[in-house]
Amino acid sequence: MIRTTPFHPRLGELNTQGLYTQWQGYLSALRYTDAPKHEYFAVRNAVGVFDTSPLYKYRIQGPDAEQFLAGVLVRDVRLCRPGNAQYTLWCDDRGFVMEDGVVFRHSDTDFLLTAARPNLGWFSDLRGRLRVEIEDVSESYGILAVQGPRSRTVLAMLMPEAGSLPFFGLADTKLGSSPVTLSRTGYTGDLGFEVTVEADQAVGVLDAILDAGRGHGVRPFGEEALMMLRIEAGLPLVDVEWHNSRTAFTDHERVTPTELGMGWMLRGVADGDRAFVGGAAIRRELATKSSRWASVGIVVDWRAWDMLHRDAGLLPPKDEHPLPYESVLHDRPTTAGGSQVGYVTSFMYSPVLQKHIGLARVRPDVASPGSEVHMELAINHSNTTVLARTARLPLFNPPRKAAKP
Amino acid sequence: MSPDTSSHAYDAIVVGGGHNGLVNAGYLAKAGLRTLVLEQRDLVGGAAITEELLPGFSFTTFSYALSLLRPDIIQELDLVEHGFMPLMMPSSFHPTGDGDYLLLGDDHAQNLQEIRRHSRHDADAYDRYHHDLDRVVQAIRPLFDHAPPNVFGPKSERDPEDQAEVAWLLDHLGGVEQKVMHDVVRLLTGSASDWLEDYFEHEAVKGFHASSSIIGSKVGPMSPGSGLVLLFHKMGEHDGHLGSWAFHKGGNGGFTQVLARAAEAFGAEIRLGSRVDSVITSNGRAVGVALEDGTEFRADVVVSALDPRRTFLELVEPRELPADLVENIERMKFRGVSAKVNFALDGLPVFPALPDSDAQYGGFLNIGPTIEYVERAFDAAKYGWYSERPFIDAAIQSVVDPDMAPPGKHVMSCFVQYAPYELKGGDWETERENFGDKAQAVLESHFPGFGDLVLHREVVTPVDIERVTGLTEGNIFAGEFLAPQMYFFRPAPGWSQYRTPIDGYYQCGSGTHPGGCVIGSPGKLASDRVLRDLRSSS
Ligand SMILES: Cc1cc2nc3c(=O)[nH]c(=O)nc-3n(C[C@H](O)[C@H](O)[C@H](O)COP(=O)(O)OP(=O)(O)OC[C@H]3O[C@@H](n4cnc5c(N)ncnc54)[C@H](O)[C@@H]3O)c2cc1C
Repeated sequence: MIRTTPFHPRLGELNTQGLYTQWQGYLSALRYTDAPKHEYFAVRNAVGVFDTSPLYKYRIQGPDAEQFLAGVLVRDVRLCRPGNAQYTLWCDDRGFVMEDGVVFRHSDTDFLLTAARPNLGWFSDLRGRLRVEIEDVSESYGILAVQGPRSRTVLAMLMPEAGSLPFFGLADTKLGSSPVTLSRTGYTGDLGFEVTVEADQAVGVLDAILDAGRGHGVRPFGEEALMMLRIEAGLPLVDVEWHNSRTAFTDHERVTPTELGMGWMLRGVADGDRAFVGGAAIRRELATKSSRWASVGIVVDWRAWDMLHRDAGLLPPKDEHPLPYESVLHDRPTTAGGSQVGYVTSFMYSPVLQKHIGLARVRPDVASPGSEVHMELAINHSNTTVLARTARLPLFNPPRKAAKP
Repeated sequence: MSPDTSSHAYDAIVVGGGHNGLVNAGYLAKAGLRTLVLEQRDLVGGAAITEELLPGFSFTTFSYALSLLRPDIIQELDLVEHGFMPLMMPSSFHPTGDGDYLLLGDDHAQNLQEIRRHSRHDADAYDRYHHDLDRVVQAIRPLFDHAPPNVFGPKSERDPEDQAEVAWLLDHLGGVEQKVMHDVVRLLTGSASDWLEDYFEHEAVKGFHASSSIIGSKVGPMSPGSGLVLLFHKMGEHDGHLGSWAFHKGGNGGFTQVLARAAEAFGAEIRLGSRVDSVITSNGRAVGVALEDGTEFRADVVVSALDPRRTFLELVEPRELPADLVENIERMKFRGVSAKVNFALDGLPVFPALPDSDAQYGGFLNIGPTIEYVERAFDAAKYGWYSERPFIDAAIQSVVDPDMAPPGKHVMSCFVQYAPYELKGGDWETERENFGDKAQAVLESHFPGFGDLVLHREVVTPVDIERVTGLTEGNIFAGEFLAPQMYFFRPAPGWSQYRTPIDGYYQCGSGTHPGGCVIGSPGKLASDRVLRDLRSSS
């Protein structure tokens, strides 16, 4: 049976389309209106709300909770002080990425971890003799992402903490009479917050936020808009950018944190002695520089794109909807005998960047920004390539995203 | 006064900081020329400005939407880095005059259903119509993005570079399908009404599509020539969607601020409050300009970004120009017929058939239900008066861009026709508010209670347009879109390649090819001309 989220009673009413996909067994709106691009612009120019409740949520508590998480998560959770959140990964013992999630640290001994897939078994089995409790509280909370340049203004009307929260800060507070966790987190690459609220209070909290946002252009956005936003923001998605190494069949499907572009999470790992799952393999990878790939952005040469289509008698498409498949990258055009140097995992036309962009994985020797690559695509039913250049991620990174309030 | 030379050594001076002047300066500076823009006002943008007339309310005083802007300019001048941000219009709204409406959005299939609601016949006609129009645009766009080659005069006197362009043009046109070429001619010479009759049967569906055929032009949808105006407004795009329009963040003034920053980043200097009186010439060459206050600036290249009347008859001595050019410029048609009535609103208007919805306010609100309605509005203008019930192209931009008005409040831009520049037996100072009342009455009839929402009203007459921007007779395109004033003949036969008879003196305003709107190509194509001439003379 498909389930609905705690916000669904209201968000369902606001959905003029009735087009849903499912996300971990929950109805998840693809779009609320006939214009997902307009929903996207809510986040880039006003404020949008997204129902991210289908995430799994694990409460991890106990005197050894920190030690436990420091031993299972890639990023050093000890550096995450209470009142902060941390985006992190977890790996298998070969140092391949399983999943990603956000740890919310409420106190020295109280954490909440979100995950895209069920992980209770995996984490529980790793507890050993540590004094730590892991509880699956997925259904107990709804999470509403409130994202966009106006998000702070709108939320500050309801919770003064919103006005002072730093990037990845969190506050346990109240919205009206409902206890909530307010965090400056999100999956859009913009200024934004998430509000975690007990399931039975979710609709009231949503109503208050929509009400406060009314004069600020607030609108709900669906998964289609979210995809555009997260690609611009350089945020990878499991099953698109990579596969969980535990269920992958070959190492081609697997990536290491470095290969996924998350090398920055490994600060202190190369020379440190923190033992964590996959740590030894990751240290070896760092020491021998054996990473097979680098994650980069690609930006298509606009002139080449236009010419390719015009010369073929077509109007150059500029479609913000991401391609549903991977594309191969070559070092030279295939007509000039190019060979493969990488692949594009997500690809779209970016309205704010006014260019075709993608998330890609390339051989480390062509990863330096500005390297020329040639992306395969079919035009009039035959394969050809178009010039693109590699670029540093994220491709869209407005100062407001991480700016001090 | 002594010429102020040494401290101001420029390679190029651009007269007028409208968007074309800024584009031109951006390209010249990018090519390494020390470039100075002289703008008479205390802000750049010309007819594309945003002004805060009431605290917190941003008014697009004149132009308000973006589509024609050439995509190559966005890329070549790095506009995104300087804040370029076109916001999509999620809907177009067309009250049909009988209480019903046509509301089109971003989903093609749902749009067809909306059209079927009015006419089953017109649903597939809608697809054919847009496809045929796209094919026409595809065929003539390359002409839009190139300077018109010179095909006149004895072959021996023609520039070899031109010959290559002529060959290219003939080759391109030769490749266009016969049906498409026929459609091109039907549009360029015929009326929008005739063209639309070939596709649609429903009056409101026709009315909806006819609205772009009269913008800025002294034509009705039944007049020959309106087809050309319709086509021109389809030549643009928003993110690859031909004929689609967007609101720039912060209005079209937000856009020209982006252009100014881009030009400055390439090294151009912009001097505000600098009204140019004349171009200084010496031995038939331009050598600089003199401001009204007597200050002089020297440069070997002077580009006028003003309209043809000012470029040829005011900044220089017409006596020094060929007589046929002066004659052509003097008889060039301007005849502005457009006005703006801009409102600050206390809330969103209410459309009775959609009482609880704001989905209809995401883009253009097209107030001109049928072709007949618009044609009747035009009748008054033929005889020198403004419409009793005008056509209005409205936009409540604050719906998609909340930064344009305080929370819960709105700005509404209304482009209103017809308002002829010259009133027979009256004058605009006397008629300004009467005209504003007519426009407001039309709005009231579609949105009962509209008047109660009005916090502020600004009426911009054609005379105001001329006074503030310098656009002659308030013609929004710096010269009407009439076949004899386009392409080879814009602004005048023989002078469509951005040069003037005075060496070193160039033109890049909307009065040059391909013409008006916020488009930038006159500025860009003129910079090509200047740079090529500099290269071949050095
Ligand atoms: C009411 C109105 C609505 C419109 N709506 C739209 C729209 O929605 N979308 C669209 O694409 N187009 C629209 N247009 C058309 C478009 O705005 C114009 O065609 C275009 O902006 C003209 O640009 P320009 O750079 O060629 O000239 P202008 O914008 O006229 O620029 C000329 C500049 O020169 C300055 N200047 C004049 N004389 C001197 C002097 N002697 N010395 C120094 N400086 C001087 C002026 O102050 C001005 O800044 C509209 C126009 C009007 C008037």
